[in-house]
Amino acid sequence: MKLIDIIRDANSNLLRSKARTILTIIAIFIGALTLTVTNGIGSGVSKYIDQQLGNLGAEDVIVVQPQADDSFGSGPQKYEEAETGTSSNSGFGLLIPMMNDQDIQEITAVSGVVSAEPMLTPAPDYIVGPNNEKYQMLAQPFISGTNLELASGVLPDNESGENQLTLPFDHTPVIGFSSPEEAVGKTVAIGITTAAGEQKEVEATVVGVQEKSLVDLGGANTNDALTRNLAAVQSEGKPASAPEGYLAVIARVDVDTSSDEMERIKSDLRDRGYEAQTFQDTIGIFKQVVGAIIAVLNFFAVIALVAASFGIVNTLLMAVQERTKEIGLMKAMGLGRGKIFLLFSIEAILLGFWGSLLGSLAGIGIGLAANQYASSTFLKDLPGFSLTSFSPISVAVIMLIIMLIAFIAGTLPARRASRKHPIEALRYE
Amino acid sequence: MPAQVVTTENVTKIYGKKEAAFTALDGVNIEIRAGETVAIVGKSGSGKSTLMHLLALLDRPTSGSIQIGSKDASKLSAKQLDMIRNKTFGFVFQQFFLNGNDTALNNVTLPLKIAGMSKKARNQRGMEMLEAVELEDKAESKANDLSGGQKQRVVIARALANNPKLIFADEPTGNLDTKTGKIIENLLFNLNKKKGITLVIVTHDTDLAARCHRQIFIEDGRIVRGGKR
Repeated sequence: MKLIDIIRDANSNLLRSKARTILTIIAIFIGALTLTVTNGIGSGVSKYIDQQLGNLGAEDVIVVQPQADDSFGSGPQKYEEAETGTSSNSGFGLLIPMMNDQDIQEITAVSGVVSAEPMLTPAPDYIVGPNNEKYQMLAQPFISGTNLELASGVLPDNESGENQLTLPFDHTPVIGFSSPEEAVGKTVAIGITTAAGEQKEVEATVVGVQEKSLVDLGGANTNDALTRNLAAVQSEGKPASAPEGYLAVIARVDVDTSSDEMERIKSDLRDRGYEAQTFQDTIGIFKQVVGAIIAVLNFFAVIALVAASFGIVNTLLMAVQERTKEIGLMKAMGLGRGKIFLLFSIEAILLGFWGSLLGSLAGIGIGLAANQYASSTFLKDLPGFSLTSFSPISVAVIMLIIMLIAFIAGTLPARRASRKHPIEALRYE
Repeated sequence: MPAQVVTTENVTKIYGKKEAAFTALDGVNIEIRAGETVAIVGKSGSGKSTLMHLLALLDRPTSGSIQIGSKDASKLSAKQLDMIRNKTFGFVFQQFFLNGNDTALNNVTLPLKIAGMSKKARNQRGMEMLEAVELEDKAESKANDLSGGQKQRVVIARALANNPKLIFADEPTGNLDTKTGKIIENLLFNLNKKKGITLVIVTHDTDLAARCHRQIFIEDGRIVRGGKR
C-alpha cells in the first residue's frame, strides 16, 4: 500500500465519525491555542526586552564600581587615608566610596579590558527650551554603542566637539517644541550649579528625541563633550584640596568578547575588589521573571495537551474496535502489520495536525487582535512593544511537538490494530 | 496431471491450552491441484472453516506442514505470506465483508490498493472486474445500498481484481436466496472454466458441493473421505 493511499485512508477514516473526531480535535486545539498564545507573549516580551537592552547599553561595556562592604549594622569602617580614592558624603549620612585614577589604572590592567574611563555624572538643575521656562532635568552620559530608539533625529556623537544631547519624548512639548521633529537641531540651555554655589548655563544642541521606553530612566542623553563641559562647570571653584573622584568607571572590552571571556573579566575585576556589571546583567533578572511566568503557562498548556492525548487514545481505541473486521480483511488480503500500524499512527498524527493547525491559527489571531487592543490601550505609552510576536519557526515547532505527542498517544491503539489476527474478521459472529 | 497448489501433511490445529484445549483439526492430509474445484463439506463445528483458514495461510497449524506450490509455508516470513495472499489468493465470504460506506468500486480495488497500484490503474482494473460481474452501473453506489446478490458479485469482483490463481469461498451462497445463489454459483464455476482459477468452496450445501470436481468430507476435525485424488 502506498503512503499516499494510507494518508488518504487515514483522513477519510477520521471523517467517518465526525463528531468524535471534532471533539478530539477540540481538546488538542485548546492545548495548541494556549501554547501558541503563551509563546507569542513570551517572544513578544523578550523581543521588547532585547530592544530595550539595546537602549540600556552597549554590549562591550562593563560598569565598574567599588565593591559594597557588608558593613551594614556593624558600625563605621575605619577611615583609610586616600587609599582607594575617597568617600563622598552623599548627604544621607551614607558614605559612598569613590574611585580615582589609581582605580582606572588597576581596571585597565585587567586583561581583556581595552580602555577605562571615569563615568562623569554631572547633575544639571534645569533645562530651558524655546518657551524660556526652566524645567527640572535628569541627564546621563551617552555611551557609544548604545542603541537608543529615537522618535526623530540621530544619536549623540561622542566624537564630536559640539555639545549634543537627545531629549526624552515627553520633554519636547513641555519645554516648547511643537513636535519631536521640530526639536532636532535646536539649541537648549542647561543650568548647573558650580561647586562655589553659583548657577551657570551651558548651551547644547538637540540632535534627537528618544522614544518612550520601559527601562529608560527618563533622562536626556548627553554626548562626551557636553558631559565634560557640564562636569567642568560643576567642579568650578572647587577647593584644590578636595579630591577628584567618580562613582563609577566605564570599562570597555573588545566587541567580539565571548560570554565566557566576559565572565572571566568580571571575576578578575571582582577579585580586585570591584563590582562589575554589564547591561545584560542588569536586565537579566527581568528576563528571568518573564521566562518563569511563560514556563508556568507553558506547563499548563502541556497539561492540557496530555489530557488531549488521552482523548486521542480513546478515539483511536474505539476506531480500532469498530474496524476490527476491516482490519482483519485488509490483513487477509495481504496488508502487513507495519502498514496497519502506520494507518492508525497517521490518523493520530492527523488529529494532532488539524488540532495544532487550527489552534495555532486561532492563537495567532487572538494574539494579533490583542496586540491591536493593547497598543491602543494599556501599552499606549510603550511604543514598539507588541504584546505577542509569532515566528513561523516557533509555530512549526509547536505543531511538530503536538503531532509528536499525538503520534505517541496513537501508538497504543495502532499497536493493538496491527496485532489483530486476520481470522478474527472472518469468524462469523 | 496439473501441479498441486496447496498440500497439507498431517496438519493439526489445537485451540486453547491444557484442559481448555480443543482439537479443531486432527492429522489432516489433503491436496488441491491447479484448476480443480474442491468442496470442503462438513457440519458446523466440523473444522471446515479452520481448514480453509490454514489453506489460505491466514493461520498457522499447531503441527504438520502446509506446502504452497513447492514451498513450505512454515518457512515463509510474514511478509512473504502477505505477498502470496495478496497476489495469488482471492477471498469470497458468506458475510461479504464489504466496507458499507464506501463505493462498490473502492471495495473492488481494495486488494489492488494494498498491492500498491496507482489510483488510476486500479480504478481501471476495478471497472473491468465490475463489468465481469455485470455491475459496472453500480460502481459509484455505496456497498450498503446494494442487494445481497449484488454485494456478493462485488465480493467476487474484488476476489478477481488481483488476478488470483486460487479463490477461497466460504459459504458463498449462504446468505442468498436460492435463485441469487445459483447466479453466484454459475459465476464462480465459469471463472474456473474460462480462466482456470482453482476454487476451494467451504459449504454444507450438498447441491453446491456436488457441482465441484471433488468433495472433501470433514467430521470432528478429521477427513472422512476425498482428501486426495
